[in-house]
Amino acid sequence: MEDAGFIVACYVVTFGGVAAYVSYVLRRGRRATEQLPDESKPWM
Amino acid sequence: MADMATGRTTATTATAATRTLGIVTLVGVAWLIVSGLLVSPADVNQGESVRILYLHAPSAWVAYLAFVVTAGASALYLFTKKHSLGWDRLAGASAEIGVLFMAVTLVVGMLWGRLTWGVFWRWDARLTTTAFLFVTYIGYLAVRRLGGTPEQRARRSGVLALLAVLEIPLVHFSVKLWRGLHQDATVLRPNGDVKLDGFMLFTLIFGVAVFTLMYVWLVLHRQRTLTAEDLLDDVGLEIAIAERRGESRPPDLAADVPRSDRPRPDITVGF
Repeated sequence: MEDAGFIVACYVVTFGGVAAYVSYVLRRGRRATEQLPDESKPWM
Repeated sequence: MADMATGRTTATTATAATRTLGIVTLVGVAWLIVSGLLVSPADVNQGESVRILYLHAPSAWVAYLAFVVTAGASALYLFTKKHSLGWDRLAGASAEIGVLFMAVTLVVGMLWGRLTWGVFWRWDARLTTTAFLFVTYIGYLAVRRLGGTPEQRARRSGVLALLAVLEIPLVHFSVKLWRGLHQDATVLRPNGDVKLDGFMLFTLIFGVAVFTLMYVWLVLHRQRTLTAEDLLDDVGLEIAIAERRGESRPPDLAADVPRSDRPRPDITVGF
């Protein structure tokens, strides 16, 4: 069924793209916050 | 990792609230995948390709929402007396997430178009204006990366955000202004005649809710990361200035103190 390939590709692109971005955001956040003391982080 | 003064250091942008939100969102995503792929029935007209709608419409909604938040936060930076950089960072974080979801909208829409129209792309009014909106916000992100102080960044990107958001009504109403290939609204119709019913409508609305939660989680983490990166830039600048001042003193006064033992400049953050 040709449709199935396209439909699954849509779900892979969507959630794969979001997962890649989540990984990027968390890695950048970890790298930046490990150099700062907790008292200078307004969310802590 | 080493702290900069005497304080504790926790290398994360997460809090108990964002962890809870993340878990709820993950459960929602899992259910959306199961519901969208397996549980929801095929549409009478669109057939199985309606399953793509559960991703396409929510991602377009989140992109619009993100760009409106970018404009709102930019306006709050530009037009409030405090000119808090917190608003600018919120604007930047939201625009980045908006670009991600706009890209998803375009790619998923192209795959849906191939199934429904037989082609990946047509220079239809909706598709063209959406691509233009996407490129505009790529430009916005590029402008944010130009040099200068955070205040200069906030001012120029703020003005651009207020102009760029005007494209959203053009994209939304393009199907009415120029009759093209893209279908009209499926749910938000002026006459209230919803073109989906039952479980399909529920899955679509559930998708919108899950994508909105995803946006909130992402924007919180990205905004905190931007805050931490700005703080590090400030600290780096203060240290460079202190070093330059140290170099201009007579040699006997320029103490040879390791960088980690030097006093840290005061940092203030927040909205």
